[in-house]
Amino acid sequence: MGETITFWVLAVVSVSAALGLVFSRKAVYCALMLGVVMFSLAVLYAVQDAPFLAAVQIIVYTGAVMMLFLFVLMLVGVDSSDSLVETIRGQRFWALVAGLAFAALVGLAIGNTIVGPAAGLAGATQAAGGNVPALAQLIFSRYVFAFEVASALLITAALGAMVLAHRERVRPKPTQKELARARFFSGYAPSLPGPGTYARNNAIDMPALLPDGSVSRLSVNRVIARHDVDDDHFPEDAKLADAIRQAVEEEGK
Amino acid sequence: MTTHYLVLSALLFSIGAVGVLVRRNAIVVFMCVELMLNACNLAFVTFARQHGNLDGQIIAFFVMVVAAAEVVVGLAIIVTIFRTRRSASVDDANLLKY
Repeated sequence: MGETITFWVLAVVSVSAALGLVFSRKAVYCALMLGVVMFSLAVLYAVQDAPFLAAVQIIVYTGAVMMLFLFVLMLVGVDSSDSLVETIRGQRFWALVAGLAFAALVGLAIGNTIVGPAAGLAGATQAAGGNVPALAQLIFSRYVFAFEVASALLITAALGAMVLAHRERVRPKPTQKELARARFFSGYAPSLPGPGTYARNNAIDMPALLPDGSVSRLSVNRVIARHDVDDDHFPEDAKLADAIRQAVEEEGK
Repeated sequence: MTTHYLVLSALLFSIGAVGVLVRRNAIVVFMCVELMLNACNLAFVTFARQHGNLDGQIIAFFVMVVAAAEVVVGLAIIVTIFRTRRSASVDDANLLKY
């Protein structure tokens, strides 16, 4: 009885979270939805006599993999929203049809099979004295080769990620002296104003002012500016508001 | 009860597949792939219980290992593409097309 209730609650939660993952526009919401699905699956593993896998699911998936996703999301995609333009005509419709057809196919296949009562894992784990010892015995005997190959795979993946993410420096790192020299020769203000020198606000959504009173375009935060335009929330100063609008328009081009 | 778990797994797998087909942001596509892998794991664990045999759980464990490795490499590729194209959309990475 307890298992039935757990299953139905988690089934509803995980399916709706999976739908949220597919349909929410913002990538961070997608990541959170995926976390919910992974967490409910961990509980379902625990219910199905797989406590070790439940722990691994939480540690590896909701712990490591989700953190990695969020890191990359913060690095890359938070302000890159999904475009709604279909590059292939009718792609959404046919993708939906394919998904429904696949679900129906697998669902009917499962429905047509005659499944007896589950054998349960009590017999398999009893001899070794528990789920974890039984899994350990299998991994280090019958599956020991796969286990070793998995370690090789993990090392290869770590190396691959390092090689892919590594950026070769094509020119030497500029020293402080060279940076200062370049700034003086650029014809721009010889020293940048310290924060707050010309500012009348110190909030991060306010554009900074340059010595001549004009607005520094560099100081407009694109993400915050877009939120400002979406929420129609502008500073009272018309000059600052114009700078924010311009930044959003230029980004849209 | 086993059938229920299998149907749930099939549903999650199909939702993930639709997501892979529909979404354009490479990271979200990747998340949908993870969802499909998770759905398969659920089926493995369910079959392990159905047959009273721990092999299914071992396979699910190895799927997790491979998925972790795949995420690391895949996200590194996405970061590299983002560096050169300034975009994480799968539509922009079409240089191999022609």
